[in-house]
Amino acid sequence: MDWRRFGFIALIIIVLFGTVIMIGQVKQPPLLIITSMLATTIAVATPLALGALSGVYCERAGVVNIGIEGMMLSSAFFGWLGAIYMFHVFGMDIGISITLGVFFAILTGALMALLHAVLSITFKVDQIIGGTVINILAVGLTGFLNRQLFFGAGSVFGGNVPNSPGVLPTIHIPLTEIFTPVCGVSNACLVNLAAINRVFDQKPIAMGAILLVFFSHYVIFNTRWGLRTRAVGEHPKAADTVGIDVIKMRYANVIIGGMFAGLAGAYFTIESVPSFEPLLTNGRGFISLAAMIFGNWTPIGAWAASLVFGASQALLINMQIFRDVIPPQWSFLQESYIVGLTPYILTMFILTGIIGKTTPPAADGVPYEK
Amino acid sequence: MTENNIVLEGKNLTKQFPGVLANDNVNFDLRKGEIHALLGENGAGKSTLMNLLYGLYHPDKGEVMVNGNPATINSPNDAIALGIGMVHQHFMLIPVFTVAENVMLGDETTKRGALDRNTVAQKINQISSQYGLSVDPNALVGDLPVGVQQRIEIIKALYREARILILDEPTAVLTPQEAEDLFRIMRDLTARGVSIIFITHKLKEVLAVADRITVMRAGRVINTVNPSETNSALLANMMVGRQVILTVNKQDRKPEEEILRVENFCVQDQRKLDVLHDVSFTVRSGEILGIAGVQGNGQTELSEALTGLRHPSSGKVLIDGVDVTGKTPRALTKAGLAHIPEDRQRHGLVLNYTVADNMALCDYYRPPFSRRGVIQQKALDDNSRKLIASFDVRTPSPFVNAGKLSGGNQQKVIVARELSRENVKLVIANQPTRGLDVGSIEYIHGEIIKMRDRGVAVLLISAELDEIMALSDRIAVMYRGKIVAIVDAKQPTREQLGLWMAGAHAETA
Repeated sequence: MDWRRFGFIALIIIVLFGTVIMIGQVKQPPLLIITSMLATTIAVATPLALGALSGVYCERAGVVNIGIEGMMLSSAFFGWLGAIYMFHVFGMDIGISITLGVFFAILTGALMALLHAVLSITFKVDQIIGGTVINILAVGLTGFLNRQLFFGAGSVFGGNVPNSPGVLPTIHIPLTEIFTPVCGVSNACLVNLAAINRVFDQKPIAMGAILLVFFSHYVIFNTRWGLRTRAVGEHPKAADTVGIDVIKMRYANVIIGGMFAGLAGAYFTIESVPSFEPLLTNGRGFISLAAMIFGNWTPIGAWAASLVFGASQALLINMQIFRDVIPPQWSFLQESYIVGLTPYILTMFILTGIIGKTTPPAADGVPYEK
Repeated sequence: MTENNIVLEGKNLTKQFPGVLANDNVNFDLRKGEIHALLGENGAGKSTLMNLLYGLYHPDKGEVMVNGNPATINSPNDAIALGIGMVHQHFMLIPVFTVAENVMLGDETTKRGALDRNTVAQKINQISSQYGLSVDPNALVGDLPVGVQQRIEIIKALYREARILILDEPTAVLTPQEAEDLFRIMRDLTARGVSIIFITHKLKEVLAVADRITVMRAGRVINTVNPSETNSALLANMMVGRQVILTVNKQDRKPEEEILRVENFCVQDQRKLDVLHDVSFTVRSGEILGIAGVQGNGQTELSEALTGLRHPSSGKVLIDGVDVTGKTPRALTKAGLAHIPEDRQRHGLVLNYTVADNMALCDYYRPPFSRRGVIQQKALDDNSRKLIASFDVRTPSPFVNAGKLSGGNQQKVIVARELSRENVKLVIANQPTRGLDVGSIEYIHGEIIKMRDRGVAVLLISAELDEIMALSDRIAVMYRGKIVAIVDAKQPTREQLGLWMAGAHAETA
């Protein structure tokens, strides 16, 4: 990961934050804006970071995965459905239902990935087509089941959409409590401390995603598993001649990738909001692919790139909060559909390769034949 | 180990592929501490035999014995466990990995879950000093010259404690000096009890280094001989199955007017780095200028830029006095250029087109092949039948897809198309005989000489030094995108050319 790329990421984030501070400072002090933007950015970047990790595992092993979107969508649905079943049908405890929901989401991701692996590794179907199959299948399957289970006459829940048992709780990191003595009696200090604390108070998947980013980076570049994964993605024949089972490594990594996409799906319906609607992933799987490419197929790089997209979504949210104080010459910022374009425009811009060329694994997308 | 010291033996090995009997009852044995050369043309079954011994293929019939015991080798893992290591013709190295990472891959040393690069580096250093294979364990493989990459392949095998080494066409990518170096290493290894199978199609090398020679042809072992009892001509006859003329017959000929002039030619690659610096030379009619050099020193870029497939960043090209710098391939064809490209399957032919269509690729848009924008099938057919007969292309019919032909016949299709055109003044032939059998090489060399004798200027680019020396009237040597020497072909020795190819400077004669 070169510094030019990190510099570019930092620049965009600063511009996005700066815009919000400039507009919002009449209502809120900058520190509060920065911390709330940061908190939102990290939370919103979660599915993108996990989706990008999904892509990193698959593509480092030499399998192109454009089905991340579909894997996320189906996991979001089945995770949510699982939680509802556990809660309403089997009468389980709320916490257990939600936790099992996350488990179901990961399982769904793994199964969708298994399908992708069978298509692209065993049957050597063009991997772009395999991924497209996953995406189309996910849209159809979740839309159909959503209608049949909840809305159709004689459906399981008889037209009454049951409430999801809820969402994962925020984990409080007790920074405020620890540092309160440092502040003494200064009230401003306490307010700032509380604001900073908000950045770290994230939900479990968001926090887990960050840990998984660094963990994956270590695994891919410093362990036997990572070395072998990269080998089958760079030069599978070379890996084969030293006795590495190329097919097995590819299967395993595609399925691991699917589990990450599954966790990303769980973020939508189990961590962010307790509901499902058709097409709710809304292209985030594709944006995470862009993040993976911009991060040059490295976990940390991909995470940094997803933060850019997270920040642009934080911009959108904050523009709605500060809608009434947007100065007239900036009035286009009131139009949420214009601001909402930011991540997609960034995606296109980044994929043009203006910010330096990225290098995919040499055998990415090439089926292995002995 | 058995009394007769045979460490590896294949008995009655048979392997059938769809349509080809690649190995037919092959018997082969390797003694401890010997270099046993396996000689044969492409498609003779050498690689199949080695892949059977290394576990990449499974024999339909027959068995493999290691140290006198029957062995089942179902995968490279089994082969490695039995002490068999293989250095493949196309290196099995990952360019973006370091030397240490490449060497340890598949047999990693870890410390609390993390790769232990230091221990591996130490072990590599130990092997390098023991066998005289110097290499930096922390260098990225992609940055190293091929000669060093080959050493890494050998270290990889020794790291796994291989006692039997299979070297598949190891000299194909080396300079003569690097090849000498490799032979020294091979002798060092055998002196320490390592046994080597040396696969090649180069007769000279076999005679220089082998203890025994086995010749294969069409999937069968023809004979096993000692080098002292044979010579190049006998071996060639065994390889091809008929009398072969190994030397090129060429009369002296006085070159006439200048046809190709290249002035201060520079070419950059995708990253805007110079791959050709300030290259200047001329070729006159009735002369063959050979460009010698190890692969990857700018020859590909030079031929692409001269044939309109790549734009030069500066400099000039003149054909017969006309400036054709940056012209399209079609314009160059009209100016009298015939091009035999380096990669016949990608740039020379459309593999999914018929032989007849491929033979008209340069002129399809002109009469008689095309009238008022409509292709004249009859003219294409007549043309191809004529060329198939006169260039001896072995094809079932003109309507077979070019991809179905053997390499030699594919090359003949290209040669026929390019050299049969009327207005040819200049031939640029890049690696015209790469990967071809001895018979086809003989034929194509003959055609190139014929063109020269007809007064055509020929630019011959080849990494085979023997080919350059046999055909050229003058020789230019390329090293890192520069021409380091241009001399009369009779002047330098093989060793001198080898030194220039490795970068030693020469005053241009």
